[in-house]
Amino acid sequence: MASNKKYWKSVEELKDSSIVETLSKNEFVQDISTDAFLGDKETLENSSTSRRDFLKYVGFTTAAASLAACEGPVIKSIPYVVKPDDIIAGVADWYATSMADGYDFANVLVKTREGRPIQIMPNKDANGTTSARVQASILSLYDEKLRLKEPTKAGEAISWTDVDKEIVAKLNTLKEANKPVVLLTGSMASPSTSKIVEEFSVVYPNVKHIIYDAVSESGAADAMLAMYGKRTLPNYHLQNAKTIVSFGADFLGDFHGGFEKAYVNGRKPETGNMSYHVQFESNMSLTGANSDKRIVVKPSEQVFALLNLYNAVTGLNISSKATAVDGDIKKLASELKKAGSKGVVLTGLNDKNAQLIAFAINKAIGSEIMDTVNTLNIRQGNDAEVAQFVADMKAGKIAGLISYNTDPVYTLSNSSDFSEGLKKLELSVALSTENNETVNASNYALPTPHFLESWGDTQFDSVTYGLVQPTIQPLFKTRQVQETLLTWSGNTTPYYDYLKAFATATILGGSSWNTALHNGFYSMGVAETNAVSGNLESVVSISEVGNQLSSSAKKATGFELNLYTKTGLGDGKQANNPWLQEFPDPITRASWDNYLTMSMADARDLGFTNPVKDNGAIDGDYAKLSVNGKEVIVPVLIQPGQAKGSVGLALGFGKTFGLKEEMQVGVNAYPLYKGGNNIQYNVTIDKVEGTHQFACTQVQKTIAGRHDILKVASLKDYNTVAPKDHDNGWNKPAYVSYDHKEVEAKTIDLWDEHNRELGHHFNLSIDLTSCTGCGACVVACHAENNVPVVGKNEVRVGRDMHWLRIDRYYSSQVETREDAKELGLGIADTYKALETEAENPEVTFQPMMCQHCNHAPCETVCPVAATTHSRQGQNHMAYNRCVGTRYCANNCPYRVRRFNWFNYANNNEFDFNMNNEYGKMVLNPDVVVRSRGVMEKCSMCIQMTQATILKAKKEGRPVDTDEFETACSSACTTGALVFGDVNNKEDKVTALAEDKRAYNVLDYLQTKPNVIYQVKVKNTNQA
Amino acid sequence: MKSVELHNRLAVILRISFTVLLLFAFSASSFSQDMDEARQKEGKSLFKSLCASCHKLDKKLVGPMLGGIEGRRENDWLKSWIKNNAEFRASGNADAIAVYEEYNGSNMSAFPQLTDKNIDDILYYTTVGEISKPDVVEAGVAATGGGSTSSAPEWLIYILAAAIIVAFLMIANLLKQVSELKGNTKVESKSNLKRDLQELWIGVKNNTFLKALSVVFLILMTIYVLFGTLYKVGVDQGYQPIQPIVFSHKIHSGDNKIDCQYCHSSAKHSKHSGIPSVNVCMNCHKNIAEVAETTVVELEDGVVLGKAELDKEIAKVYKAAGWDVENLEYTGIEKPIKWVRIHNLPDFVYFNHSQHVTVQGLKCQTCHGPVEEMEEMYQYSPLTMGWCIDCHRETNVELKENEYYAKIHKQLAEKYGVEKVTAAQLGGLECGKCHY
Repeated sequence: MASNKKYWKSVEELKDSSIVETLSKNEFVQDISTDAFLGDKETLENSSTSRRDFLKYVGFTTAAASLAACEGPVIKSIPYVVKPDDIIAGVADWYATSMADGYDFANVLVKTREGRPIQIMPNKDANGTTSARVQASILSLYDEKLRLKEPTKAGEAISWTDVDKEIVAKLNTLKEANKPVVLLTGSMASPSTSKIVEEFSVVYPNVKHIIYDAVSESGAADAMLAMYGKRTLPNYHLQNAKTIVSFGADFLGDFHGGFEKAYVNGRKPETGNMSYHVQFESNMSLTGANSDKRIVVKPSEQVFALLNLYNAVTGLNISSKATAVDGDIKKLASELKKAGSKGVVLTGLNDKNAQLIAFAINKAIGSEIMDTVNTLNIRQGNDAEVAQFVADMKAGKIAGLISYNTDPVYTLSNSSDFSEGLKKLELSVALSTENNETVNASNYALPTPHFLESWGDTQFDSVTYGLVQPTIQPLFKTRQVQETLLTWSGNTTPYYDYLKAFATATILGGSSWNTALHNGFYSMGVAETNAVSGNLESVVSISEVGNQLSSSAKKATGFELNLYTKTGLGDGKQANNPWLQEFPDPITRASWDNYLTMSMADARDLGFTNPVKDNGAIDGDYAKLSVNGKEVIVPVLIQPGQAKGSVGLALGFGKTFGLKEEMQVGVNAYPLYKGGNNIQYNVTIDKVEGTHQFACTQVQKTIAGRHDILKVASLKDYNTVAPKDHDNGWNKPAYVSYDHKEVEAKTIDLWDEHNRELGHHFNLSIDLTSCTGCGACVVACHAENNVPVVGKNEVRVGRDMHWLRIDRYYSSQVETREDAKELGLGIADTYKALETEAENPEVTFQPMMCQHCNHAPCETVCPVAATTHSRQGQNHMAYNRCVGTRYCANNCPYRVRRFNWFNYANNNEFDFNMNNEYGKMVLNPDVVVRSRGVMEKCSMCIQMTQATILKAKKEGRPVDTDEFETACSSACTTGALVFGDVNNKEDKVTALAEDKRAYNVLDYLQTKPNVIYQVKVKNTNQA
Repeated sequence: MKSVELHNRLAVILRISFTVLLLFAFSASSFSQDMDEARQKEGKSLFKSLCASCHKLDKKLVGPMLGGIEGRRENDWLKSWIKNNAEFRASGNADAIAVYEEYNGSNMSAFPQLTDKNIDDILYYTTVGEISKPDVVEAGVAATGGGSTSSAPEWLIYILAAAIIVAFLMIANLLKQVSELKGNTKVESKSNLKRDLQELWIGVKNNTFLKALSVVFLILMTIYVLFGTLYKVGVDQGYQPIQPIVFSHKIHSGDNKIDCQYCHSSAKHSKHSGIPSVNVCMNCHKNIAEVAETTVVELEDGVVLGKAELDKEIAKVYKAAGWDVENLEYTGIEKPIKWVRIHNLPDFVYFNHSQHVTVQGLKCQTCHGPVEEMEEMYQYSPLTMGWCIDCHRETNVELKENEYYAKIHKQLAEKYGVEKVTAAQLGGLECGKCHY
């Protein structure tokens, strides 16, 4: 009974109906803030513009404007001297490459225009996926503020030749003295680089290679080593899973690099088979939000729950403790046993013992989902080695450090020890793409190119060998780390030749190098067995492991802190990327910030609130967080679904060194990340003075009672109940009264129908079941459509420019309006009753963009006909015609129109990528940069559909099936967004438009959108 | 616009006077050389088609300078060399081998097809060289070319203005008479004219209708003029900036009939027609270092550039490409040419050349005008939205040739019995097709 659900967007909406009342009446909070200067009498009196001055200014500007208009500017056009054969000005080239920056790993395609990369898309042939961060990494290429531009020694520029001479000499001295040197890198997952490092260590036997990842998954890798003898991460084939049980593993977020594609492939309601996913967690994560059943458990209890599950599955009795969720655990144990090889248990606790218990459960049920043969080579950081190295360095036992693309000074919890040790070194060399604190503290700072300027290879799993190729000439005087290590090893082979020889000899097995490079990958084939094997008992004593684990969890006191990474910023490597900073968190919808997430109950007890201001912005109180003798002051954001007694804080923020002032937001949580452990016990929280201003895109747009906006069905209902059943249907059409009879709303119409048989008619289908809310489409839209970044203050007052946003709705399962009516509750009381439910709400994501209504309300109110309808189903927006009345935005029921309050390009007030020469290189030359005072919105990527049509016309052929794409649909990893031409019967979208799950948002308004949503189906009937 | 027309008219006058001068100058000179014109002509045409890509009369190119070659080599030697130089060298002729080595072993093609007569003609041409002729043709071109702008609307405005003033004076005079007849005393004045004007003024002042009429008239005139002026802001029809190199489309596209898309090659693939890169210029200009004696480029402002100036322009191309004319090799020092862009669309307009050139098969001249006649390139069309739309309304889309339109064509024919549709009817007037 989808329509009876109450959807809500923020805590405030539940708590204090008065502000919601105000907001729902004042839906448009974007008033010109005249009060700010007119209300202030003092400012007015102090201003010294007299009438005479005013007239002077008016006269001068008029004269200047008319003079300037007399002569047009002379525009120069400079062709190539020798045009490269493969570049045609105005035609895009695509290259296949791979990204591996130590945190994100992806096989991608790169779009270049006139030699400038302008967009990244997943390489679907290589089974590649992109996240918001991978999409946004293209902007980090052009980050001239943060990138290192030339080699320096102690801050002075130095040539590469001198660098090589000096460092090789020093390395040889250290070798002769047999003094240890450490090569500290992030995970690279590059076979050829591993070989180069090996050869480097042969030339300099005193060099030790240590892998350090800022966000550690050392626990899982160590557990794999203990149990299966190799230090890699297990792979999970979630597409085949029947039952998935996760203890805090955010596998749609950062856990092992993410599994959203596999996960969604195992959850297709039309096949009748959906995995059943239960998530135990304390923070509200993306994975928990997508789960069928989310069980709120604080971290220490998660440990006991995991042990209890082990006991229940195996019938053994490892020391544990009873938990409040033991009833669920019992049911799950039988579910898992039933699922057998199709069941899987994952845990996100970065603890070797916890991982071993999870592995043991998988072994007990004979899980084929967890793959320990074809494993993942990403995130190979070794916490123990790093800890030992930092201690040794502090003790002065290390003589040299060569670091590559890591920033331990920022990311280590004991970074002061590291800095202290760094000063004692005889040789400190930092190779890095970006400037950071570690680079600054090292003697030599050697710039390395961005991955889009590099050669290389990658191997994330054992199946796909990826290649990296440059898509642009290096922007600065950079040299690849591989080239550098080869040079220092005395090997004069250029890295490209080395790579080609290496790949041809060891990987490609006789197939063509050029083909592999063109495809960006080479398939190596799967090793045969993938069942959990290994001789567990003989190697690891599981009871001992269990006892250690439970005794460590029993020490938990006070609040428990669960450190996590955000979908936008990740480990903070791209903190200077405005697209990612402005990207709203999928769960909290807050941008430009990190914060302490706290449960509603705890917040009430400790006195924290999130008042909503009358301009729709949210404020917060500050808390002093003390853990392990370290203190940070963070703002508090109340998070529905947060486990009581636990708090969450995102890593990757609070970076300041070298960053633009606007990007220096949030609090650095790495000092609290002791031992790479994402769970920290014994935390105390005190409320401190001050008010924090959040930039949330959360409450501004209230739902205003339109609860039909979302439709969610259970798998059982989906399979058994007719979708349009008048009483129980899960996809009921809207009914209206006509001639005192109830009729379907779509039978009544105010407008004449357009004739749409001729040519194309575009539809976009959005499957709410498949959408995980990852937000890759949001950033892809930014890149494709030159969407400006507006900064924290503008987002705060609701002037964000995202053409595509992903709305997050909380809903409460049990309470219905009917229930409330039966109980005779008023609206306020209904909400109050819902509040307990809000301790663990269901979450639904809904991508929302211009719906391209066939009967668009915006078109009828535009006084200048700037927004008009097209035959192809797109709602056009002629920026040059728009005079900025904003009537259209006011009349749009979907709130998707965006107004340019300022010139966001070439404006020092908005000093983001559109205000510098490098950042502008990422702009898409086929889409205009809008100017101040005009409305803009999703165009359904008309530049892409037109280009597809033109391509077909030039080649003299009809447009191929499924050839039409938009930026969001091609970026979508899970296939939730499908775009196409409904006048082509073969196109995937044509069937989807008629699907029994298909519905239009707010269909009773009869806007007849060309964007179709598919009802979300949840597997909620089991267990 | 007015200034452009003025500029044009001035240019025409200057040009005519200049050509008249030229005519005088040339009529003074006469044929000074006696020669066998037929042989020279025959030799020249053979030379141009077979030898000119590597040889010049007056300087070294890929091969040696050939002017006066008969004075330096025996006729038989030359014939053997030309017919098959490789064979000749193989026969062990020391001179032949020396020449071959002097030019770094670059192979010259064999010409066994040439008869002795042919070779003699060529050699004759290398000896006598060019015939100078008076430039009669040029004068004709100058007389007919240039300013074809009609000034009819302006005439009309002048006539109208004159008529209005006359009418105004007549009415004023009438009014004066009337007021006099009514018995108003004449105003005393010093001079006749001044008195008349004063009376006229009083007459007008006393008549409310006339006052209102003139105010309305003035307002309408102001609006008309203002509208006309403002409407032309940003419309750069006729824009003809000075380019860094005097490049004559007339010589390249008109006289030498080079296809537009040889240089503007991306027009069929891309939204940009593309200004050719310098390496495209060098495809030909590697061998064409100078223009013919008779080549003249006449600029709009009446300046006439002859061989001396034009060769300097070609030298600019060499400088840009980094071509060393002496050693005939690229130096690697390149200097891109900064052309001034003539056709500027605003950023908010999306225009795609390939849509028009490849799909619809339009001729470049449809929008760019008679480029093959332009010595200096200028913007021929107004490039306003109205201009685009007019064409979209009138032009039928090529439905039959292109498979893309097959389905649309079928639907149109079957359902609506329509065989022809204009671009506008297929959605070519929708805002979003060009504005995004």
